[in-house]
Amino acid sequence: MKPTRLTLCGNWILERFPMAKIWNEHMTHYYAPKNFNFWYFFGSLALLVLVIQIITGILLTMNYKPDAKLAFDSVEYIMREVNWGWLVRYMHSTGASAFFIVVYLHMFRGLLYGSFKHPRELIWIFGMCLFVALMAEAFMGYLLPWGQMSYWGAQVIISLFSAIPVIGDDLSLWIRGDYVVSDATLNRFFAFHVIAVPLVLVMLVFLHIVALHEVGSNNPDGIEIKKTKDAKGIPLDGIPFHPYFTVKDIVGVAVFLLFFSTVMFYMPEMNGFFLEHANFIPADPMKTPEHIAPVWYFTPFYAILRAIPDKFAGVISMFGAIVVLFLLPWLDRGPVKSIRYRGGIYKKALALFVLSFLVLGYLGTQPATPTATIFARVFTAIYFGFFLLMPIYTRWEKTKPVPKRLTSDHGDSNCLLSMKAVFEEITTVKSVTTHDGIRLPNGATVTKRGFNFKGLLNVIIRFAKKLKASLD
Amino acid sequence: MNDKGVDKSKRQFLTSALTVVGAVGTGYIAVPFLSQMQPSVKAMAAGAPVEVDISKMEPGQLLRVAWRGKPVWILNRTPDVIATLKTLDTELRDPTSEESVQPNPTKNLLRSLKPEVFVAVGICTHLGCSPTFRPEIAPADLGAKWKGGFFCPCHGSWFDLAGRVYRGVPAPANLEIPPYRYVNDTQLVIGELAKEASV
Repeated sequence: MKPTRLTLCGNWILERFPMAKIWNEHMTHYYAPKNFNFWYFFGSLALLVLVIQIITGILLTMNYKPDAKLAFDSVEYIMREVNWGWLVRYMHSTGASAFFIVVYLHMFRGLLYGSFKHPRELIWIFGMCLFVALMAEAFMGYLLPWGQMSYWGAQVIISLFSAIPVIGDDLSLWIRGDYVVSDATLNRFFAFHVIAVPLVLVMLVFLHIVALHEVGSNNPDGIEIKKTKDAKGIPLDGIPFHPYFTVKDIVGVAVFLLFFSTVMFYMPEMNGFFLEHANFIPADPMKTPEHIAPVWYFTPFYAILRAIPDKFAGVISMFGAIVVLFLLPWLDRGPVKSIRYRGGIYKKALALFVLSFLVLGYLGTQPATPTATIFARVFTAIYFGFFLLMPIYTRWEKTKPVPKRLTSDHGDSNCLLSMKAVFEEITTVKSVTTHDGIRLPNGATVTKRGFNFKGLLNVIIRFAKKLKASLD
Repeated sequence: MNDKGVDKSKRQFLTSALTVVGAVGTGYIAVPFLSQMQPSVKAMAAGAPVEVDISKMEPGQLLRVAWRGKPVWILNRTPDVIATLKTLDTELRDPTSEESVQPNPTKNLLRSLKPEVFVAVGICTHLGCSPTFRPEIAPADLGAKWKGGFFCPCHGSWFDLAGRVYRGVPAPANLEIPPYRYVNDTQLVIGELAKEASV
C-alpha cells in the first residue's frame, strides 16, 4: 500500500524528533503497579489543577492591573464587567484551594504507603520543593486583589524574614522594595506570581515525573514490582500506564470536576475559607482588620508560629515545620513501606500527626485566646514529635511480613461492595402506602429507605474494633 | 594532542580558569539584578515630615496620621492613665526602653516629650500588624489584667499606653517612637527632631 500524505508527514517528524520514543517510555511501556487505589488519583489531579490555574491565570492577567491604585477595582471590573470574568476568577480562586487539597492528600498518600522511602527519596525532595514553590505562588497571588487581608497578610509574612538576625531587616526591605508593603511590592509580586514561580513549578513537575519514571511507582502494598519480572523483562504485577491508568484517571477527573464545579458555582467563597470576607475591603495601610488569619491552607503553619512566645523561635519553628518534611526519608528507619504491613506504633503516630495537623489548621483560623494558645502548643509538640522521634519509634516497630507479590483483596470493586453492604446495614426498607390510594402497575409497592440506628451503631462499633485491632 | 599524550594538568588549569572567570562575571551581573529590587530613589525620598494640629484633641482621644505610609498615633493621655503607667514596671519586658527604637529626648518612663501627648508608630514590633487601641480597663475579652493599652489582633501582643511591651507575648520590643517636635503647644511635626536634640 502506498503511504498516505499524512503518514509521510508523520514520518518526516518522527525521523527528526523522538516523539514515539517519549510516548512509549512514559505511557504505553511505563508499567505501573496494577493495584493503584483511590489515593493514586491525586498526582494526576494536581497536574490538572496546574493546567486550570495556568489557563485561567493567563486570562486574568489580560484584565488585571498590578497597580496599588487600580488593582482592587480591576478585580471588581473582572467580576462585573468582563464577559465570563466572574467564572474565570472563581475558577482561579477555587483552583488555588483545590490545589492545596489535592497536594495535601497526595502527600498523605506518601506517608501512608511509604512513597518517600528508598529508592524514591529524590521524588519526595522534588515534591517538597514543588510544595514550597506552590506556597510561594499562593502567597504572592493572594496579595494581588489588594484587599485588607491581602495587604496585612503580606505585611505579616514579609515581616517573618525580619526576624532573621543581622540581615533580617535589610532582607525584608529588599523583598518589599519599600519601607511598607506598597505599589512596588504589588508590582514585583505580580511578576513573581505570573512568570518566575510558574516557570519553577513547571520545571519541578518535569523533574518530579522524570525521577518517578526512572525508579517506577510505589503502590499500596509498598512492594517493588520490578523485583519480579517475566521473560520479556516486564514486571508481572505491572500494567501499561496507557490505556489502563489514563482511563482510570479520567474517572478521577470527572469526580473531581463535580466537586470543583459545585464549589465554584455555589460557594466560591466557601464561607470565608477560600476568599476571606475582609478581602472585600480595599487595602488600608492605617488599620489592621480585627481578626486576621491566612487562607486555610497556611493555617497549620500559622498556628505553629503563634504558639511560640518568641519572635525568632516562632519563625524558626514555622519554617522548621516544613523543613522536617524534607528530611522524612532519613528520619523513618522502618524497614517496611506500606501502612498495611507497618507496626501499630507508626499507625498511632501517623493518626496523631494527622490529628495535630487538622487541629493546628483549625486553631490558625481562630483568634489567639490563652486557651487556644495552650492547645496550639500541645499540638505543635505532637507535630514535631511525629518527625523528630521517628528515628527512635520506627526502630521498635513490629512489622508484619510483606508478601512477594501484590495482593488483590483491596481492590476498588471490593470496596464498592463493602460500601453497599454498609449502606444496606444502616438503612431499612419500609413499604409505604400512598395516601391517595394510587395503585402502581404490576402490584409494585412504594418503598422508602429510613435510617436504622441499631445498624449504624453496629457499623461504628465494628469499625472502631477493627481500627483498634489494626493499631495494635 | 602530541606524541606524549594528553596534558591533563593544562586542561585542568584551563577548566579552573574558565570557571573562575565565569563566576566573577555572574557575581558582577548579580549586583544590578539584585540591587534593582531595593527601594527606588523615589521610595526613599517619600519620607517628608507631616504637620499635625492637636488643639482639638479630647482627653483620651487617639489620632491616626500617615507618615512614610505607616500609621502614626497621637494619644492624649489623661492623668489617670499616666498614674497607671507608673505602676506597670514589673509586668513589662523593657520598662526603661533600653532595647527599643526612639529618639533620645523620648527615652523616659512615659516615652514622650510631654507626659500627656504620646506619639508612636502604630506598627507592632512582632510582625508588622497595626495594634488596636483598647483604653478600657479589664474588658471581658482581654481579662482582668488589662490596664488599658494597645492589643495586636494578629498574634496577641500587649502594649501599655506608653507603647511598652508586656512580658510573655510574641513582640520582642516596645513600639517605635518616630522623631517629632513641637512647633508650638498645639502643632506637631512628625518626622523631624527639634534642632537642639540629637538622635
